[in-house]
Amino acid sequence: MLRRPFFWIIALVIAIFALAPAIGNDVQMRESLLLAAVYITLASNLNLMLGYAGYVNFGSIVFFGLGGYICVYFVSAQNWPLAAGMLAAGIAVSALAFLFGLGVLRLRGAFFALSTIGINEAVQAFVSNFEPWGGSSGIYLSAEVFQPLGGPGQALWIIYFLIVGVMGLSLFLSYAIKTSKVGLGLLAIGQNEDAAAILGVPTPFYKALAYSASAFLPAIVGGLYFFKSAFIQPSDAFDLSLSTEAMVITMLGGQGTVTGVALGAYLYEELRGFLLTSEAFSHFQLVIAGVLLLITVLFFPSGLMGWIYSRFPRTQRVLE
Amino acid sequence: MTALLEVDEVSKSFGGVQAVRELSFAVQGGEILGLIGPNGAGKSTLFNLINGVFTPELGRIRFRGIDITGKPPYRIARHGLSRTHQIVQPLTSMTVLENCTVGACFGRENLPLARAREVAREAAIVVGLEDRLRMPASQLTIAGKKRLELARALSAQPLLLLLDEVLAGLNPTEIEHMITVIRRIRERGIAIVIIEHLMQAIMTLSDRIIVLTSGEKLAEGLPSIVARDPRVIEAYLGDPALAAELHEASPA
Repeated sequence: MLRRPFFWIIALVIAIFALAPAIGNDVQMRESLLLAAVYITLASNLNLMLGYAGYVNFGSIVFFGLGGYICVYFVSAQNWPLAAGMLAAGIAVSALAFLFGLGVLRLRGAFFALSTIGINEAVQAFVSNFEPWGGSSGIYLSAEVFQPLGGPGQALWIIYFLIVGVMGLSLFLSYAIKTSKVGLGLLAIGQNEDAAAILGVPTPFYKALAYSASAFLPAIVGGLYFFKSAFIQPSDAFDLSLSTEAMVITMLGGQGTVTGVALGAYLYEELRGFLLTSEAFSHFQLVIAGVLLLITVLFFPSGLMGWIYSRFPRTQRVLE
Repeated sequence: MTALLEVDEVSKSFGGVQAVRELSFAVQGGEILGLIGPNGAGKSTLFNLINGVFTPELGRIRFRGIDITGKPPYRIARHGLSRTHQIVQPLTSMTVLENCTVGACFGRENLPLARAREVAREAAIVVGLEDRLRMPASQLTIAGKKRLELARALSAQPLLLLLDEVLAGLNPTEIEHMITVIRRIRERGIAIVIIEHLMQAIMTLSDRIIVLTSGEKLAEGLPSIVARDPRVIEAYLGDPALAAELHEASPA
């Protein structure tokens, strides 16, 4: 793997994300890149299901929200250190996803897509009524939780580097799966599930594995994101519009590609940032997202990366 | 010696239609068994029962002495049983080599990726697709897709291959090529069950023939004997011209 150019491209992207805001101590750039890193994490992991296995997961945000809750709960109520809280979030959500996946992945197409929205709604309803997690008013973190990280100012930088790290892991995971035997099986499932099973791909296990893997890093990033906010409530944690944005990003960048999805996420965050600050278009990003999705699906079904591949065929050998 | 595949009193119905009725037969290692019968006789259903797409309502199916009744297709593939589809099922946006690599990776040997690619390349050469390894499967001609079906099944390094109308829709040159390929596969010691409507082809290829009608076995035996069976002529061949063609084709 170390010999592949793409490995080093990912490493370079991580280095740029980590260093660019740190060099000039540029807090504004850090906040913008932090959101881009969150988008890249969410979209790359969604891509494991959507782009590789061909399963439309509309409710992928449930991993992010549930991860957020688990991490924030353990850090606040149980006084766990942040590292333990975020790991607990990743492992618990990923294990839950595996169990759910074995059942719910028997559904296909529109039925699966609908059931994923159902899961998100059901978890949100449960959390809204779950008193240990503050019910519908959520959980506030006191400023003391930032003390072990050297106070709020330094904590924000540490959280940023951790999120960039999770983003990097997401990219490596996407890349490693794509070039592995499991990835080949998933791509076969995405093309024609019945044919894949007849060729010997253990379809139920592989689908549950992909679903579970796609939950791990979003849950961790959810933990970090809500720890940083020091506040979590059900309507923020399980916000379906963030799910939709991850979907738009994946389609826009080119589902099934690692580079395209990352590029799509970065460009989307830049666009979103621009729209939020321009007076005429503030809070307009979802409208734009909808239009972008329509244009992509209708005219560029293989997304930005499909266009780059056909325009510059040589890139296919380097960019996954 | 136990047979490679044993089908024992298997039945399957869809709604009120009895597609396969108490059917029994066996396939020995290395032989080619021809399966003929009119449309709707239950031939493709039988394939779907053997490789696990459907579960029989009654009866057992054993492969290499192991009971595989009701196991999912991916488990059965692992035991060394591969098939092709009457309606081709390529993984369209993957290349020819990738399609075959899936077969090799998840087939009988459960090979790692790099080794699977070698086996896949070899299988593609056997069927004559070596010049189209990097072509997406969607761009192949129908004859190419039929060959791909075969190459993919072969990549799994099976002990038994179920071929469902691999000759249908091909022109005479392509048919001739395909028959050569099937013979080549047989020489590797792989047993084959073949469904085919082209009488001449199946009569010359098969060691034995089973005739199905309405889900039941009408006749079984050497091609030359089956072809002269009056019940077969009545039920399936009907048309005297086809019967005559069959007589000529079968080795006396």
